[in-house]
Amino acid sequence: LDGQAITAYAGETILTAVLANRTTLRKFEFGTASRSGLCVMGACQDCWIALENGRRVRACSTLVEPDMRIVTAFDKASDTAGEHADD
Amino acid sequence: MQMTDVVIVGTGPAGIRAAETLVKAGLRPVVIDESCAVGGQIYRQPPLSLTRPPKQLYGADARRAVAAHARFDALQACIDYRPDSFVWGVRDGVLDLVSRDLCTTVPWQRLILATGAMDRVLPFAGWTLPGVYSLGGAQVALKGQAAAIGRRVVFLGTGPLLYLVAYQYAKAGIDVAAVLDTAPFAGQIRALPGLLLGGSTFLRGLYYLGWLRAHRIPMHTGVEPLAALSDTGGSVRALRWKDARGKQHDTPCDAIGFGYGLRSETQLADLLRLEFVFDARQRQWLPRQDEHGRASRPGIYLAGDGARVMGAAIAELAGERAACALLVDLGRTDCQARLQVLAKRIRRAERFRDALDNIAFPFPHQHVARAADDMMICRCEGITVGALRSAARTHGAGELNRAKALSRTGMGRCQGRVCGAAAAEILATELRVGIEQVGRFRGQAPVKPISLAALAGGAAG
Repeated sequence: LDGQAITAYAGETILTAVLANRTTLRKFEFGTASRSGLCVMGACQDCWIALENGRRVRACSTLVEPDMRIVTAFDKASDTAGEHADD
Repeated sequence: MQMTDVVIVGTGPAGIRAAETLVKAGLRPVVIDESCAVGGQIYRQPPLSLTRPPKQLYGADARRAVAAHARFDALQACIDYRPDSFVWGVRDGVLDLVSRDLCTTVPWQRLILATGAMDRVLPFAGWTLPGVYSLGGAQVALKGQAAAIGRRVVFLGTGPLLYLVAYQYAKAGIDVAAVLDTAPFAGQIRALPGLLLGGSTFLRGLYYLGWLRAHRIPMHTGVEPLAALSDTGGSVRALRWKDARGKQHDTPCDAIGFGYGLRSETQLADLLRLEFVFDARQRQWLPRQDEHGRASRPGIYLAGDGARVMGAAIAELAGERAACALLVDLGRTDCQARLQVLAKRIRRAERFRDALDNIAFPFPHQHVARAADDMMICRCEGITVGALRSAARTHGAGELNRAKALSRTGMGRCQGRVCGAAAAEILATELRVGIEQVGRFRGQAPVKPISLAALAGGAAG
């Protein structure tokens, strides 16, 4: 998780594993706030989180795997540039 | 009987029962499940490593849940089961699926949509703070992950789920700081005659209430949420709310679970261009169905809370009803009698739901209609109530999709699943028209985000 090793139980989702270690899941793209998901059933899309290989997954419905590398500390400029490519 | 491509989307109570009915009649349906284990949300199965006894997982529904799982397991050899597969689009005769980042298609001639429901939420100030979850989300965390959303939790909203989740948390040893119901107590008394028709469902509700009271968990009715307050780290530290007499309170907590009943997931019905009708009880546009679950287009059937929220027990019956209607349409007239029986039983449940949703636990739409302009309504895009109102007031947006185009409300990743109910209320209030006049957000494929890599891979393969 952002370069730090964390442990999780087999069967835990990324959401459970990350929030067992800290209070927030990700930065909100359009402001300074943080988010930690809402519906926990794959509907609200609030818990999207990025893996080091560039994949984005729903933290609430993706199970942890050994040596998974999760990245939440982005360079702000490059992250929002990707989000708003259509603007 | 001729073989035909029959596909069921969803494996909650409705989908499981539909599959079972079709298999008994000699069909081999394709059964598609977004999750990796059947049960839907209500009978959700935790990963094996985190499982607990059924009684702890499902409470009073344990027997029904275990039975549903067992019945599905027994079907596995007779169906084409596709777990971990998400239907992101549907066209005439073809479903678009993504499974572990691989896109595939599944042909269909007859389709049963059992797509389920999610929490209906209404935003309040601070609702996007870390630590604020939907009621269903709070329950899924406990059921699916043996985890709680916080150490000291306030439950807020209305409906049977409010008391059930509070009970389940307290029972699991979590400190439940308060149970705050927006519905006035008088309505719950007034609803009694209708609620009594609910039989065991109603008695169970009384049991949870009594248990919470006996354990001295603070419960209030007729409340209005004012704001989730944050600590310096930006997480929840308290809920500010107003009691029925107008007195303000701050209840310290590190998490809030909130919700106001359920909302049907109708995106696939929308992509299929089915006719929709406004359902006054649910205050939502729902795909039109005849009294046997047939949708407005031939070959498409609707079942469960995704068609109309009636709860798990009725969802099972509706799943069987949809399957029976399908069989009758295939020429199996022997299913006709059963179809009539099911239709009658489902119709009878209507009065109980009416007492529950309209009288005992009414949707407090008036709260959001008077929300402050600076409150965030669309949490995907970060759009305020004021921006939505201004789309109506200064730019003449007379319905939701126009307001979405002008303000970006509902344009984010969730496609308005979360903000849709509130956006409709705010727009209708601003325009001074009935809620049914402002329409609904149009569903778009993909109905949930999928990766471009998955799409590209699917095209190549």
